[in-house]
Amino acid sequence: MYENMVTARQYEERLQEEYMAGKQPAFDISAGPIPGELHLAAGHEAAGAGVCQHLRDDDTVTAPHRPHHIAIAKGVDLKRMTAEIFGRESGLSGGKGGHMHLFDPDVNFACSGIIAEGCPPAVGAGLAAKKRNTDSVAVAFLGEGAIDQGAFLESLNLASVQNLPVVFVVEDNDWAISMPKERVTDVENGAQRADGFGLQGARVDADDAVAISDAAREAVGRARDGNGPTLLEVQVHRRMGHFMGDPESYRPDEDKAAAEQRDSIERLEADLRAHGVDDEEIDDLRSRAHDRVEEAIEWAKDQPEPDPDDAYEDVFVNPPSGVTDSEPSTADTGGDD
Amino acid sequence: MAQQEKDDASGQQTGRSLTMSRAMVEAIAHEMREDDEVFYMGEDVADYGGIFDSTEGLLDEFGRDRIMDVPISETAYLGAAVGAAQEGMRPIAELMFVDFFGVAMDQIYNQLAKNTYMSGGSVNVPMVLTAAVGGTYNDAAQHSQTLYGTFAHLPGMKVVVPSTAYDAKGLMHNAIRDDDPVVYMFHKRLMGIGWLPAPDGPKTGVPEDDYTIPFGSADIKREGADVTVVTLGLHVHRALEAAADLADDGIDVEVVDLRTLVPLDTDTIRDSVAKTGHLVVVDEDYRSYGVTGEIIASVAEAGLDDLEAVERVALPDVPIPYARPMEDEVVPGTDDIVAAVRAAQGDE
Ligand SMILES: Cc1ncc(C[n+]2csc(CCOP(=O)(O)OP(=O)(O)O)c2C)c(N)n1
Repeated sequence: MYENMVTARQYEERLQEEYMAGKQPAFDISAGPIPGELHLAAGHEAAGAGVCQHLRDDDTVTAPHRPHHIAIAKGVDLKRMTAEIFGRESGLSGGKGGHMHLFDPDVNFACSGIIAEGCPPAVGAGLAAKKRNTDSVAVAFLGEGAIDQGAFLESLNLASVQNLPVVFVVEDNDWAISMPKERVTDVENGAQRADGFGLQGARVDADDAVAISDAAREAVGRARDGNGPTLLEVQVHRRMGHFMGDPESYRPDEDKAAAEQRDSIERLEADLRAHGVDDEEIDDLRSRAHDRVEEAIEWAKDQPEPDPDDAYEDVFVNPPSGVTDSEPSTADTGGDD
Repeated sequence: MAQQEKDDASGQQTGRSLTMSRAMVEAIAHEMREDDEVFYMGEDVADYGGIFDSTEGLLDEFGRDRIMDVPISETAYLGAAVGAAQEGMRPIAELMFVDFFGVAMDQIYNQLAKNTYMSGGSVNVPMVLTAAVGGTYNDAAQHSQTLYGTFAHLPGMKVVVPSTAYDAKGLMHNAIRDDDPVVYMFHKRLMGIGWLPAPDGPKTGVPEDDYTIPFGSADIKREGADVTVVTLGLHVHRALEAAADLADDGIDVEVVDLRTLVPLDTDTIRDSVAKTGHLVVVDEDYRSYGVTGEIIASVAEAGLDDLEAVERVALPDVPIPYARPMEDEVVPGTDDIVAAVRAAQGDE
């Protein structure tokens, strides 16, 4: 768990460096080796690691727009994920998806950039497991800002009424871009929403990987044993802007400082030390994470960019032949921007 | 008509140029001062000022009751805007990225768009739905669409797509005053946001006073004798760039900026084609069943005689890919427009 958390943190620190390259002095989102939006999860690591340590490859995870820590904990291929974020040919989706749309069917991981829209597919994975009589489970991650969305609420109800092996994990970082939690919901404890739908709700108030892991063990166990879904809300913190380039002018300095002080990685490290893990072991774990991250980033950067014409592939797995031609009639459609 | 109104109120004479976002905000602020029933709802529109600066500065003047941050719940708040509009208020509700329309489509196309008709005209919905559109910065398939055609295809909504600050302000005044639902689609790349550099074109002179630009008045952004390029939004500027390139080769391109898709100014398009005989339609939306087909069909219906050649440049029918080489491939660029104009001229 610790290694996963450290890997996620180091990975995103490196991504941040790479992302900012070429984007200054005046921040230009479309410049540099990693274009598009980038949502980093510093402060969220305990959620991904604490929950996913109870999952197997055949369990399904759907993640939202802030997916890297969850993907790492679920065992998504780090090299190919990195290549995807760099928009390279050997990326998980050949450069078509990008950082908010990572798909790794080998470990049953997917994500979506539309708020709460990973919930229904997770319910579907749970339904498939139930119909086929397997004991695999599905976990949908979402932010606390997403729990007002219809797709989430409808999913809670469907999972509950069908008694499906699904765990909904709400990562509560107190903010939805510029909107503080208290201004978008009158419910302090989001897990209470479970009551209205007849499923189990639980909340972990501290940004504490061990407590999150304990709660997740119970929730995943319940699902695996056929005892139905759980809504688990866990407290995390947003140490950075919503996305890279977010000026965060809406956010009080004290709030940011407080988030920075509550570091679940340091907390877990202190726990480990208290349990007799020594410096050498911690350094070992850290340097293993470091090497893995560097290797992934270097590998990804060496990969070729996709051929522009790859854009026309994969719309269908079974392309209708000779009926439609997606390329415009003028011979060259190549863009120049 | 469009030309004349521009001469009357030419922004250039004010000596004051604004970004497109400033111009939109100025119109919204003006209407809010004039009419207490106008309010703005959306995600991150208050303290943040809109992710794409669509409400920058409005919170200070109007407070949280009128510049309302709402929970991430598009079905509820867009539908609530419809309801408030049916009560006679004049809400403006923002869909942060047009791509998110799916989570609230029923409120948009079964309520917002149809209630006037289904009520036999006894109910009306004076609401503006604003939405950011467009790609060109590699935000991939769920955050880069324009979807002009989707909204224009479904009856009951007027659809506005400005390309300059001058137009953005005049069209916004008109949108808020209109008694029908108006979908106002602004291209992110034109807004003049710090972190997403705009081309030079959209920043124009803008009069301080209010003025309206009537819907259904396309604007000829460049006059020319040889080929008509019909387009909208960001691609007006790409077409102007292409026209400048082609002028070096002696090809004189006329650029028609549609400004509104519903209503569509077919007269301006037909007149232009009658003059040039060559039509190129450029759209950042998907090619099939969309704006390009509609424009070409409306010209053809008016009479094929004027038409010597037709080309269309649009997004091929694929979701928008993330990686730069692929996005560049599918989003029409200036050189694609140049190539299409040449093809229409028969000298490919
Ligand atoms: C349906 C939809 N509406 C709006 C957005 C824009 N958006 C992206 S992230 C976000 C805030 C999400 O907050 P939260 O769920 O708390 O997750 P966090 O970003 O804090 O991790 C918003 C409004 C979106 N992607 N999808």
